[in-house]
Amino acid sequence: MSTHDARSAAAVATGAPQGEGARTPVQRAPSAVSPRATLATAGRVLRQIRHDPRTIALLVVLPCVLLGLIAWMFDGTPVLDQFGPILVGLFPMIIMFLVTSVTTLRERQSGTLERLMTMPIGKGDFVGGYALAFALLATVQALVVVAFAVWVCGMDVSGPVWVVVLVAVLDAILGSCLGLAASALARSEFQAVQLMPVILFPQLITCGLLMPRDEMPAVLEAISRVLPLTYGVSALQDVAAGGTFADVSGAVAVIVAFIVGAIVLGTLTLRRRTV
Amino acid sequence: MGNNEPVISVQGLRVDRGGTTVLHALDLTVPERQVVGLLGPSGSGKTTLLRTLVGVQVVTAGTAHVLGRPAGDPTLRHQVGYVTQSPSVYSDLSVTENLRYFASILGVGPRDVSRVIDAVDLARHARRRVGTLSGGERSRVSLAAALLGEPRLLVLDEPTVGLDPVLRRDLWDLFARLRDAGTSLLVSSHVMDEATRCDRLLLLRDGRLLADDTLPGLLERTGAHDVEHAFLRLVEDASVPDGAAPLRSPRHLGGEAS
Repeated sequence: MSTHDARSAAAVATGAPQGEGARTPVQRAPSAVSPRATLATAGRVLRQIRHDPRTIALLVVLPCVLLGLIAWMFDGTPVLDQFGPILVGLFPMIIMFLVTSVTTLRERQSGTLERLMTMPIGKGDFVGGYALAFALLATVQALVVVAFAVWVCGMDVSGPVWVVVLVAVLDAILGSCLGLAASALARSEFQAVQLMPVILFPQLITCGLLMPRDEMPAVLEAISRVLPLTYGVSALQDVAAGGTFADVSGAVAVIVAFIVGAIVLGTLTLRRRTV
Repeated sequence: MGNNEPVISVQGLRVDRGGTTVLHALDLTVPERQVVGLLGPSGSGKTTLLRTLVGVQVVTAGTAHVLGRPAGDPTLRHQVGYVTQSPSVYSDLSVTENLRYFASILGVGPRDVSRVIDAVDLARHARRRVGTLSGGERSRVSLAAALLGEPRLLVLDEPTVGLDPVLRRDLWDLFARLRDAGTSLLVSSHVMDEATRCDRLLLLRDGRLLADDTLPGLLERTGAHDVEHAFLRLVEDASVPDGAAPLRSPRHLGGEAS
């Protein structure tokens, strides 16, 4: 009794045309990463977000509203030109971190992650699919927010605006990848929520927004060097002060390295088997 | 049935969770092309055993082989369909969107998606968001996802829980059809009456196997007139040290599946 017979018979029983409805999946060697599974996962995540207008509003409208409030608050002062570019990078990063953490958390809670872990999808496909979907959203978000800041709020950037857009996009992708890593590290939903402030607040305090980093105590300054947000804020500060891409390329490279590192960490710490 | 190669073979399987032993040195086999019921009260270790077989459970000791390979082997991910106890599908996607996603992970086409939607009788709701479906409909979407790609083995964790008697009967009919077509099924349940729909039974209690037999064999051996009494008799005979704990009655109300 060969397995082929058995499966053909199964196809008959449930109404599938033999040898057509499903490809014979038996001898296919599984690979660590497959573009098909990665793209399917990215498409699925985007489809879920499309069904959820509140998340879209959170991603796109909220940062614009916050920026608009600040522009209004400091109307007639140079504050927006000075801090606007930084906030354009900061708000998307925080929001993407939260949205990604919560979305992957739901994937655990609903049991769909456990189901996927029994299916032929690599851990890299799963994390990569999420990263891809959120990178797309991050790009849209950063473009909208920068456009709003420049055209509606009248933010005047001394350096090139496209560098602000680039750094803002990378910051948002970074936030999303940190969210993925945090969610993969967590052993439970509650731990994932606990990790959010633990990961975000130290970065916010030491990134150079509250106090210039060169005026900080040496220990805090050293800590800020290993935290990714520092580089995003410093790049945007430089551009706000008239810096060009060449001036911030080092910081941009560090952000990209953190993004890659977060994806690798998220993939390595995701477990197929749990206790 | 002894002639066939077993689809599942477990030896000395032990699983510890949070400092307590959930499965104690379990030995069992599941023959090919049968509906095997894994029966036991909640907390008996059914889900842990099923999770082990699909390769998502950390195992303390022992071995578990599925279709001739170690449980969790990457080649099994195309051949074993798994349904978790609560429906593991995306509530913010439609029935079709859910199944299309899982189908693309398995590398099977849209034709298979329509086939499984028909198999669980959800064609009417194919375009509805899963979150708007009833609990029973949701668990059928979850089952449909496991049928994608025609797996050789289906591992189903309490697929009939909370369903009305008609739906439960329909599902057991579907399991029998799949079995007749060559699929092997391991179905857990805490409803002892569902034993009548199984070709073989595994009775589990406190992480130990009480029986591995057919229903007639079990009734003959224990002299009981139904599975529930057979279960009780086996517990008394085994005189498990913590046997003082009261057994909860797992019998469901309402019409039965057979």
